[in-house]
Amino acid sequence: MKVLMRKFRNGKKRKSANFELLPLRKTAPIVPPHSIAGRALVVVLGIMCFLACLTVAAVTLVVESASDWQRGISREATIQLRPLSNAPIEAEMSKAITLARTTPGILSVRALSQSENEELMKGWFGSSLDLAELPIPRMIELQVDQRRPPDLEALAFELRMKVKGASLDDHRQWRDRLALMTGSVVAIGVLILVLVLVAATLSVIFSTRAAMAANRDIVDVLNLVGAEDKFIARSFQRRFLQLGLEGGVCGGVAALIAFPLTNFLIRVFFGAAGEAQLDVLIGGAGLTIASVIAIIVTVLAIALISSVTSRFTVRHYLREHS
Amino acid sequence: MIRFENIGVRYGIGPEILSDVSFRLPRHSFHFLTGPSGAGKTTLLKLMFLSLRPTRGFVSVFGKEATKIRSQDRAAVRRRIGIVFQDFRLLDHLTIYENVALPLRVAGEDEARYRTNVIELLQWVGLGERLHALPPILSGGEKQRAAIARAVITKPELLLADEPTGNVDPDLAFRLLYLFLELNRLGTAVVLATHDHHLLNEAPHAGRLVLKDGSVSVLAS
Repeated sequence: MKVLMRKFRNGKKRKSANFELLPLRKTAPIVPPHSIAGRALVVVLGIMCFLACLTVAAVTLVVESASDWQRGISREATIQLRPLSNAPIEAEMSKAITLARTTPGILSVRALSQSENEELMKGWFGSSLDLAELPIPRMIELQVDQRRPPDLEALAFELRMKVKGASLDDHRQWRDRLALMTGSVVAIGVLILVLVLVAATLSVIFSTRAAMAANRDIVDVLNLVGAEDKFIARSFQRRFLQLGLEGGVCGGVAALIAFPLTNFLIRVFFGAAGEAQLDVLIGGAGLTIASVIAIIVTVLAIALISSVTSRFTVRHYLREHS
Repeated sequence: MIRFENIGVRYGIGPEILSDVSFRLPRHSFHFLTGPSGAGKTTLLKLMFLSLRPTRGFVSVFGKEATKIRSQDRAAVRRRIGIVFQDFRLLDHLTIYENVALPLRVAGEDEARYRTNVIELLQWVGLGERLHALPPILSGGEKQRAAIARAVITKPELLLADEPTGNVDPDLAFRLLYLFLELNRLGTAVVLATHDHHLLNEAPHAGRLVLKDGSVSVLAS
């Protein structure tokens, strides 16, 4: 080009032979940022991301709480002794305790006192009834070694054979119900997440096609200067990655705020008791490290979906119009 | 370099714009493309640029049959061609510098390497002080010069120009012609569509493609 310029200048007067290299602005993006209905898409992606983050974080909380519960109840088993008229209950209690203590894999054995038993029953019968007059079963709490678990079926069999009125509850029924509930919550969460992500993908597809139609002249010029489809797709993809990140971060931050806000609202409207109940049920509406990580991953997923979807949509559009 | 055999083009169900057009353009040649308005000059240039398919006939560009060039290879062929359209086709959101540098940017070149060349070329076409300007504020002539600078910045093997001097004063028109002739001397084949008889007279040794009534007659250089 310099040779060409020298030849051009031959015999011609140049207006300014010594021009200065003026500072140039940072090269503008090929797809103008304001030519895409960016704000609307950011809002849509923000809402989608918010819903996805809420779902993912809520499912994470439930799964964590359920696994805590499961861990707790699988560490324990309970021997229950029904009072029988033909067998003194204290003697049967001693037999059951001895049997439990001699079983390998049982770490500790503790008989609940009469007052502890009554305290448990108050939850069902209330405090107005004199529980001393009722034939209340006695409980023995067993701590199980989870590394070397005992043969609970054999223990249950021995208890039935040797101790009158005794039965062993290994909490399996509870564990199974909890597993079923957790599985259902996860399945519903995954379904909601898939629906939200599909809606986000469709929004990006429509936005990209609208952007391509609105920027038809840019695409034409790029074709004119020999741009390959992948270059054009990359130009649009960059813009949509930016929009996806903006929407994702907005939704993610909103979700991060929503959880402590929920805690606050529960405290305001239901008092400390409501908060405590929520704590017992799912460990509270506070965020755990796992749910924060889940939210960050969801934000990145939304940005990635926006970017990749726009790339494929542009390539498809260019193939259609070539 | 360019070969047309019995080319016919019609739009829709209308009459043929071009009919049985046959000619060959060798490498390093310089041709004016002339003919009355509506004779099909732009259509002919579009055929050479592979942006239009003929209704019938055979087109070969750089030794490759146009119909056999796959869509993914078309961009590579187009990068060997510089084109100037009557309507400039500049991107309004890019500065004149960025518009002219666009083919180099698309080719993946580093800006540090081409920056000086782009600025020098813009200086030469008289747009040195308009580097930062956006096309909407430029005059027709300035846009035309920017479009020409964009077409020649990559030193293409073939330059197609549709009325490139239509919006500039006679002095600049001759300078632009001189630019095209110099490009041609450096190895670029040039096809320049024009009505301007002064330009034709300025380069009497150039070949001519004369379009009339849908057919082309070739006057050798």
